[in-house]
Amino acid sequence: MRKYITDFTIVEKKTYNDTYFSMKLRHPETLPSIAAGQFVEVEVPGNKHVMLRRPISIHDVDTVANTLTLLVQVVGKGTRTLSMLNEGDKLNLVYPLGHGFSIEGGKVLLVGGGAGIAPLLHLSKCFKAKGIQPTILLGGRTKSLIPIQKEFEPYGNVYFATEDGSLGEKGFVTQHTMFSTNYDHIYTCGPTPMMKAVARFAMQNNIECEVSLENMMACGIGACLCCVVDSDEGHKCVCKEGPVFNAKRLTNWINK
Amino acid sequence: MLETKIHNLNLKNPVMTASGTFGYGEEFADFIDLNRLGGIIVKGTTGERRQGNPYPRMAETPSGMLNAVGLQNVGVETFCKEVYHRIKDLDTNIIVNVSGSSIEEYCKTAAMIDELDKIPAIELNISCPNVKKGGMGFGVNPEMAAQVVSEVRKIYHKTLIVKLTPNVTNIVEIAKAVEGAGADSVSLINTLLGMAIDVEKQRPYLSTITGGLSGPAVKPVAVRMVWQVAHAVSIPVIGLGGIASAADALEFLMAGAKAIQVGTANFIDPAVTIKIIDGLEDYCKRHGINDINDIIGII
Repeated sequence: MRKYITDFTIVEKKTYNDTYFSMKLRHPETLPSIAAGQFVEVEVPGNKHVMLRRPISIHDVDTVANTLTLLVQVVGKGTRTLSMLNEGDKLNLVYPLGHGFSIEGGKVLLVGGGAGIAPLLHLSKCFKAKGIQPTILLGGRTKSLIPIQKEFEPYGNVYFATEDGSLGEKGFVTQHTMFSTNYDHIYTCGPTPMMKAVARFAMQNNIECEVSLENMMACGIGACLCCVVDSDEGHKCVCKEGPVFNAKRLTNWINK
Repeated sequence: MLETKIHNLNLKNPVMTASGTFGYGEEFADFIDLNRLGGIIVKGTTGERRQGNPYPRMAETPSGMLNAVGLQNVGVETFCKEVYHRIKDLDTNIIVNVSGSSIEEYCKTAAMIDELDKIPAIELNISCPNVKKGGMGFGVNPEMAAQVVSEVRKIYHKTLIVKLTPNVTNIVEIAKAVEGAGADSVSLINTLLGMAIDVEKQRPYLSTITGGLSGPAVKPVAVRMVWQVAHAVSIPVIGLGGIASAADALEFLMAGAKAIQVGTANFIDPAVTIKIIDGLEDYCKRHGINDINDIIGII
């Protein structure tokens, strides 16, 4: 899949709270095909303390309007600088990067936690396009940390789990009543302990499972070898061989 | 206008890519025409496949980054059997960075690369700060540096570039030692040994605690060392360290480098090498320079 380096314009910005914001970015030309789970490397403009690009997953794609949307969690100086950009500002992207999720049929469960919810919207839409209605289970510490809720409703049956019970069931996603062996495929993105728990459960119950990792990166294209995961076949670049991996390739990582 | 020469290598222009920052070139083929480059130094290759160091292996620091990749690579046999055939027909100088932990390992790898028709040179890496055994150990001691170079020289017949570490008291002494041992060229600088601590987690950012600093932060150190070495040896010097623009490249050329390598900047702008080549051409036109060699070493 060909990769590009190009300028986008921010056409819409939403700030959900202190932690989350989203940016819809438009390109003047037709977008290439973008798989759910792929990501972009964003240049961070206007902060001399930020040199490297930041990897951010693709939240949504509109191939008619030529836009893609990034849902971003503010975690450090790079994302904080991005949060201060406004509509009309330009943003340089290297994209689309990495391998996305497979879109396999049967009974499908999507499990997202925190910022890991981001790629699941595009993924839900890809399932819908194939006539599959997934069960979507979204979790977070508290309601405000699940910034996107109703956006998922057209694409599946949506459930929530929060640690304080402020939205949906109280507890972790893995304790939710919808988290069961009743699926053929589980797709997950979120905090590492959550993904490991989901993947362990899936492996124990012979359910196909794909996880989307989020390691620190420099280049995003498999050149610097900084973002490796200790896979069952040795160190693999999350940027190039991932970020989505079949859990079967990561038993080392899951059990560590 | 931009043609230059390193020993027997003819370069279309002085712009090459630094080992470990450009993969095998293929990773950048979507962004640039690789055939426009003066050369590509492919990633450090060792006698056996290496897994490198555990994650985390990088940290962003002011105007730079630390890395501790630790020479992860497929090993020389896989390079010769597989990778070589994918890249050998590129119309640029493909140079293999040869790394190792012992003289035997350097020699084994160099001998196998010597057999490859389309690889006109190796860059002997006696300066990697991120492996426990060897690597930088050879590059910090003039006698050991000379010894590994003279052993490789016996079995390697093409252009032999030696990559030097800045983590020494006197880099000129090391440069002279490897020149005396038969090196055809020296490239400098490899990364500066550094360290950064995550104060919230109260632990180092890197799994190896220390790592190699690269990026614009190291550029003035690199320019100074290139200038010192270029005045002290007769073999051509290749300059690198924090180059991100044509102006940066020109600093190294004026300080005495016959060619330059672009490293960390490739991570930020995968098309930066072409911008640097175009910028050098533009500079020559603006200053009425017909041959880039006219400004090499003018300082």
